Amino acid sequence: MAAPKPRSDLRAELTGARIAALDLPQGGFTAPARADALARLQAMGLPTRRDEYWKYTDPTTLTAADASPAAVLVDGEAPVFGALDRLKIVFVDGVFDAAASDELSLEGLEISRLAEAGDIHWAKGLYGTLESSGQKPVARPLAALNSAAASDGVLIRVTGRVSKPVELIYRHESDASDAILHHFVKIEPQADVTILESGPGAARFNSVMEVDLAEKASFHHIRVQGRDHHRRAVTHLFARIGAGALFKSFTLTMNGALTRNEAVLDITGDHATAHIAGATVGDAKSVPFHQDDTVFVTHAGTHCESRQVFKKVLKNGATGVFQGKILVKPGAQKTDGYQISQSLLLDGDSQFLAKPELEIYADDVKCSHGSTSGAIDDTALFYLRSRGVPLAEAQALLVLSFLGDAIAEIEDADIAEAITARLEAWLARRR
Amino acid sequence: MLEIKNLHVKLEEEDKVILKGVDLTVEAGRVHAIMGPNGSGKSTLSYVLSGRGGYQVTDGSATLDGLELLDMEPEERAAAGLFLAFQYPVEIPGVGNMTFLRTAVNAQRKARGEEEVSAAEFLKLVRAQAKLLNIDAEMLKRPVNVGFSGGEKKRNEILQMAMLEPRMCILDETDSGLDVDAMRLVADGVNALRDGKRGFLVITHYQRLLDHIKPDVVHIMADGRIIKTGGPELALEVEQNGYADILAEVL
Repeated sequence: MAAPKPRSDLRAELTGARIAALDLPQGGFTAPARADALARLQAMGLPTRRDEYWKYTDPTTLTAADASPAAVLVDGEAPVFGALDRLKIVFVDGVFDAAASDELSLEGLEISRLAEAGDIHWAKGLYGTLESSGQKPVARPLAALNSAAASDGVLIRVTGRVSKPVELIYRHESDASDAILHHFVKIEPQADVTILESGPGAARFNSVMEVDLAEKASFHHIRVQGRDHHRRAVTHLFARIGAGALFKSFTLTMNGALTRNEAVLDITGDHATAHIAGATVGDAKSVPFHQDDTVFVTHAGTHCESRQVFKKVLKNGATGVFQGKILVKPGAQKTDGYQISQSLLLDGDSQFLAKPELEIYADDVKCSHGSTSGAIDDTALFYLRSRGVPLAEAQALLVLSFLGDAIAEIEDADIAEAITARLEAWLARRR
Repeated sequence: MLEIKNLHVKLEEEDKVILKGVDLTVEAGRVHAIMGPNGSGKSTLSYVLSGRGGYQVTDGSATLDGLELLDMEPEERAAAGLFLAFQYPVEIPGVGNMTFLRTAVNAQRKARGEEEVSAAEFLKLVRAQAKLLNIDAEMLKRPVNVGFSGGEKKRNEILQMAMLEPRMCILDETDSGLDVDAMRLVADGVNALRDGKRGFLVITHYQRLLDHIKPDVVHIMADGRIIKTGGPELALEVEQNGYADILAEVL
């Protein structure tokens, strides 16, 4: 009888099989960065359930050599941001669709397609750098895999105040698609942009967005992870936030067998602000639902504020995970760090797993965190019903009320309204 | 209009009997007050009538215009014309006061087979009512009861009552936590709704609210029963002598 294989061998085997299945792009200005990412991936190995940050979420389907098929949801729901004037960039199963996209030009922006960017490009020497620096102290092998293998994506340089949002639309049309997209957004001093993302993406979807905010730059990010029940997604958001800059990101997740959203926010300058929020609604009635937010905020500058606001509504055995950390480096005085993660469990089968962490090396800071899990408040429910609001409608109102703090992180009223409308529709379908 | 007969109620979770045979009839257009010491079952009566969970009716009935309330869901009771002004109105963050009111009004209209009221028309109606209760536009926009003072919460209850146009209004210690001016505003709001057709059941500890909302009938409740019924003078008697004399007299 052969001895059982050591774990390190199993990890190497898993990683090797995944890499062998990748169609690695060749040449171009990203070649050195890709080679570096591939080497890092090989050194780290892909994650398994034994890794500390994967204890609550099983990465097997994300790391497997091939994507599990996922049925495409077909219904008549209008595009979430359809009513907004925005520049549309469409990817179908992870491939840029020029015909469906708007012309890639807008005042205050330079946009190019990653797959087509020439050798002389502003992103040369930047692609993959934020992902690479975001690997410490916690390894994020699926992001390294992305940098090595991403076949498409956009490079956006923001030079001024942009008149309308840019929307990255991810369409899922093939049951077996396996998409790897990588975007880099560079925002010059004082420049300001809103990036929207929507769609389920692909049967398996791996995306990285690197955002580099120069001094006093602003970045508004609103993402809707759509409703395909079977799809699996892992996303990484890496941001470097300079002095006086403003970073705001909100994600709505509805449905999906597996969603892991990681955010690594590095506040490098003084007087900067970084807010990251998420609203999740999951119903595991017919298909499993598992959603994970893993956030790491590092304060290196002084007088900076960070906020993490995550709210999850879980039903019929759905699972929600939150792992959030605030690291305050030595010298990052006057830091104001806040973190809240809450779940509303609509039944006894659903679960919420939370791991809040604070690590503070400066003495003049204000940091707080909280995590709660509970059912719908009976008193509030009775109050609404006593006014004539039927049970299901009252429950829906209280769910929206619960998610309110996360939605309130969206500054633009029209966008917030579009998000609320999506949630209302989701809730109405479950009455 | 409201007929409560031999109502017996216990707590669902524990074997504690709260109401031990309440008989009470409120006629259309009349204002009945219920007074009584702490723990007599006054608030329980209001909750059981409006359908709050946690109570078990072991005997008796409560009908509104002949319809059995105790068989209905809370929202059905509301649609049938019952309204409870809460002693502690609930805060609902993230839901605008106006949205809440309109949802409630339209839900009741729908349940009664009436047409929903348009946003514009509704706005007009709310503004008119709000003005009477000294509720400003800002308060209408804010989330339901969040950050409201005690007086604002109670005025908001009366605003809801005015907008929902119930047949039968129950006010559960609406005077608690109110200063004199706020109480007058609330009482004026209630009095404006006295139209000769609507019934009122006013639950209170103190006579002072009844100076502003003049009752037709006053009941004294103790240990889960109505132990004495009389005219407005009964409230004055309680104010002067407390409950001890009445309790002693009955027992």
